[in-house]
This record gives sequence, C-alpha cells and structure tokens, in this order.
Amino acid sequence: MSGFVNWIDDRFPMTKVWNDHLAKYYAPKNFNFWYYFGSLAFLVLINQLLTGVWLTMSYKPDAALAFDSVEYIMRDVNWGWLIRYMHSTGASAFFVVVYLHMFRGLIYGSFKKPRELVWTFGMLIFLALMAEAFMGYLLPWGQMSYWGAQVIISLFGAIPYYGEDIALWIRGDFVISDATLNRFFAFHVIAVPLVLVMLVFLHIVALHKVGSNNPDGVEIKKLKDANGVPLDGIAFHPYYSVKDIVGIVVFLIVFCAIMFYVPEMGGYFLEHANFIPADPLKTPEHIAPLWYFTPFYAILRAVPDKFLGVIAMFGAIIVLFIMPWLDRSKVKSIRYRSIVFKIAVAIFVISFMALCYLGMQAATPMNTLLSRVFSISYFGFFLLMPLYGLFDGKKEVPERVTNK
Amino acid sequence: MKKIAAILMLTISGLASASSGVHLDSASVDLTDKPSLQRGAKYFVNYCMSCHSAKYMRYSRMARDLGMPDQMVQSNLMFTGEKIFDGMTVSMNPKDSKRWFGTPPPDLSLIARSRGADWLYTYLRGFYQDESRPFGVNNIAFKDVGMPNVLWELQGTQKAVFNDETDSDGIPVKVFDHFEKTTEGTLSTEEFDKAVNDLVGFLEYVGEPGKLERQELGWKVILFLLFFLVIAYALKKEFWKDIH
Repeated sequence: MSGFVNWIDDRFPMTKVWNDHLAKYYAPKNFNFWYYFGSLAFLVLINQLLTGVWLTMSYKPDAALAFDSVEYIMRDVNWGWLIRYMHSTGASAFFVVVYLHMFRGLIYGSFKKPRELVWTFGMLIFLALMAEAFMGYLLPWGQMSYWGAQVIISLFGAIPYYGEDIALWIRGDFVISDATLNRFFAFHVIAVPLVLVMLVFLHIVALHKVGSNNPDGVEIKKLKDANGVPLDGIAFHPYYSVKDIVGIVVFLIVFCAIMFYVPEMGGYFLEHANFIPADPLKTPEHIAPLWYFTPFYAILRAVPDKFLGVIAMFGAIIVLFIMPWLDRSKVKSIRYRSIVFKIAVAIFVISFMALCYLGMQAATPMNTLLSRVFSISYFGFFLLMPLYGLFDGKKEVPERVTNK
Repeated sequence: MKKIAAILMLTISGLASASSGVHLDSASVDLTDKPSLQRGAKYFVNYCMSCHSAKYMRYSRMARDLGMPDQMVQSNLMFTGEKIFDGMTVSMNPKDSKRWFGTPPPDLSLIARSRGADWLYTYLRGFYQDESRPFGVNNIAFKDVGMPNVLWELQGTQKAVFNDETDSDGIPVKVFDHFEKTTEGTLSTEEFDKAVNDLVGFLEYVGEPGKLERQELGWKVILFLLFFLVIAYALKKEFWKDIH
C-alpha cells in the first residue's frame, strides 16, 4: 500500500494535499454553531450539481417544450419528482446557508485582515450564485419564470442611453423568448457552475493560506507548540470532519422535512403562479422575485428614480464587497466589541429581514415608506462602519480562545 | 421603463383586486380516500372534460393510483378511442373555444397547484345568476369568468345577495353576503358540496400524482436520519473526548 502511495506521491502531491488541507490543517478548537454553514454550503453545492446533471437529462430548453418537460420529470421519470424537489428546495437552502455563513463572517470579523481575499472570493461566489439562481428560475418556463425575468432584465433598460440595447442584447430578443431561454440554460448549466466551482476552490485556497477565524477573533497561529502546531488548533480531519457530519445530518432532517412535506413552502420556494405555463400576453396579478432576492428588490423599489434605484440595488451588494476596508476596528469578534456595534448589527438584521418581507409585498404608500426607512438603515449600517471602531477597546481580547 | 411602470401598476391593481377577494370555503381533501377520488374522476370526465384537458395525467397512471382496473377506466371514463397510456386530452380546437368563451379553457393538470383546493371548492360552488353575462351566470370567486355553470343540473341555480357598504375611501361597494337557491338541482346542497369536494380532491391528485408516494417516503428517510444522527453524535463525542 505504501509503495503505491509513494509511487503516486513521486508524481502527484497526494499526501501533501491531504495533509495541507485536511489531516494537518489546523482549525481553532472553539468553533460554534455558526461554523457549520461553510460545509453545509459545500454540501448544497454538490447537491445542486448532481441533481442538476440528472434534471438536464430530461429537461428540454425550448420555449414550446420546457414546461411540459418539467411535468414529464415530475410524473413520468423514475424518481424525477425527488430529483426536481431536491434541486428546487436546494436552491432556497443554498441561500439560507450562504446568508447565515456571511452573517457569521460579519459578526466574528472574518472579513478583516488578513482574510480580505477570503471574503472577496466569497462575495464573488454570492454574486455568481445570484446569477445562477436568477437564470435557473427561467427554465421551468412558468408565469413567474417569464415575468420575473422580464422585470429584472428590463431593469438594465434604466441605464441611460445604452440601456434598451443592453437589455435587448441580454434577452437576444425584444421580449423574453426561446432565444433567452436557450442562453439562460447555457449559462445555468455550464458557464456559471464552472465559475462557481472555481471560485469555491479559490475561496478555500485563500482560507487555508491564512487559516480560519473563530468566535473569539483570536489568531491561533500566534502561539504554536514545538512542532509548529497552533496551541488552540486541532486537525480539521478527523475533528471537524466528524463534527460537520453531525451538522449535515441535522441540516438534512430539516431539508427533508421541507422537501417531502412542504416542497412549495407555501409559495416561497415554488411560487403558485409558476404552475401556469408562461404566457407573454397575460401578466400575473402579482410579480415578486423569490424570497432570497426580495431585500434587494425592496431597495430597488424604495428609490423613486428607476436608474438610481438600480444603482442602489447593486450598491447594496457592493457595500458588502468593501466591508473589509470600511470596518477599521482592530477587534474582530462581536464578543469583544462595543455595545454600539452590537446595536448596529441588530438594526442591520432587522432591516434585512424587513426588506426581505417588503420586497414580497405590493408597493403601497406605507410599504414604500417602510422600504425607504429600512433601506437607509441597511446602508447606514455599512457606511457608519468606520466609526464603530472608536467605541471598541473597553473589553480586552484574550490571548487564547475561550472555548465557551 | 414604461414596461416596468406598467408591470408595477398591474401588480398593484392585481393585488388590490386580490385583497378584496371573497372569503374562501375550506375543502377537505383526503388523497387516501380512493372512492372519493374515483367519484371525482367521474365528475371530471363527465362535466369538465368536454372543454378542459388534464394533458399531463395519463389514464393508465390514474387507473393504477385510484385502484381501478384498466378495463373499468376504458369502458367508463374514456369515450373517444384514446389508448390507456394517453394523457387526458380534449379534441376541442383552441381556435373554436377562444371564439366561444373568449379564452381557450385552460388545461387543468396543475390547476390545484396554482389556485389551491379551497379556491376551487369556492369557485365551483360560487356561480350565481347574472343576466348581464353571456351564459347568464357570474362567479363569486372569479368575477366575469367566461365559463358557464356546468354543474347546474346537480346544483340547481342560485342568486347572490349583496349588502351595500362603503369602503375605507367612502365609496359605496357591494359586499357578498350569501346565496339564495332559485331552483333545486338533482342533488341537495350537502350532496352537492360533497360532490364538488370529490372533484376538488381529484384535481388535487392530478396536480401531483406522486404526492402520497412522496409523503410515504419522507418519514422513512427522516427516521433513518434521526437514527444516523445518534451514531454521528456518538462518533463526534468519541473523537472529541480529549479536546478541552
């Protein structure tokens, strides 16, 4: 056996890669609940890739056949319904775990020096994921697929002077049509997944270069034993591999409960109107994007001017990108930061959830007013970041992790 | 730009009309009640399928799921020489039906998933006399619908009683109160409600024929995961016992 391993190792760094990234990759020993969502995001990515491959075997990217082929999968393909529900539930689950994963980074300061690139690659993953979800939602060719895409693509029309031409270029037609469906299919099954997988690779390479942060925001690499192993570090494998299995099983229990018993999730995961085939002549009563886009949609609608609204919507994502340079505090973890930061985070969470809700509702005057208030507090949280550090320093950051 | 504005406007007006919608009565659908689903299939074939298809539903699948021999389905529920594995299609030409009804009658394969069982239950019992409409009836759940009351023989006819009220903007509006029977049908009100419930149950089944199979598999998978959780947790405990 060792002869075989040596043969490989002389030609390919198998043992080295195994050790560098698993058996001798030292992670802080005090990971808590929030640290499950990275491995869960990876699990959901694998789920989406595998179920996606099998869906592609029966799906037809053709405006005349797409809707029928989805029902064919649901009714006639052996286990097709299961594969389809795994994929559709997985899409929402992806955003749930990614939002929680990002929130973890936010509260424990995992985006700060030296992890700026880990965060940047992560944000690029988030961006690619949004593109992937948006284009994937057109494929069932239901009413919401069609009109949701129509609304979002016509946003590009708000760009001055070139806007309408850009929207036309994206659609490949004057309205959403077979041409749009085909190119979205190409992007959804080939281009964006490739980008996603490469970004995930870069995200992990960057992480393993600098090492994981932890709930105390302490750099474990500062204190090492005689062998160069961090005193507060434990090998990712087997310690975190066995721990993550527990997290994965708990996640799968929740995932299966939803998938087997409420796959539509009351219209939040699969919208009711999407069970009606796309009809370019009939606008549905209420067009709303799926829940994971609604915070940004609410910000878009909160701005009276359409073009500025589009800028605000993209700005809401750009502020996340520049967070490592906005937050000047030396203290990483929320545990040792001032009450000012804690209140700011609480306001941010409330704003994000409120915008998520408001983006699903009709734009009544009251809802628009609320959207404006929460849009301001959303941006306020980020733009005031340089100031939060001024209040820190009262609580001392420990030398070692606390393991509580 | 104008498109977005138009879409947002439609969204708002659509929601406004949806929020002023009537109270929906609750259907009580039981997908394990095969006799009820079989009766629903009979009503569907006899009263709906002259105009509406359920093209994704194969006769053979229905026969198997509802516990009917193929022969029984062929002689009782199939009239136009289809094969048992065909979908439940209609021969009505969409061009003709568009001329007759204003819009071609939609395929009903997924109607229970887009509208919901309660809406269907309210809609099918909600036709009332309205001489201003082409077929002499209007509907309480779907105003100015292009469909005649195909179940009138069973239900009889009814008129709707509205109360005069004013809305929050002070504009007088008519608010639906109750129905009054004008002629008796072949079924009593209770019998008719039960028949409609059977039909709605059948449409619910047609919307997702694999629903029972899904629910039947789900708890087994979750039970396995719970069992596996115990093992996974014990494994984690064992590995972590020397980490402090």
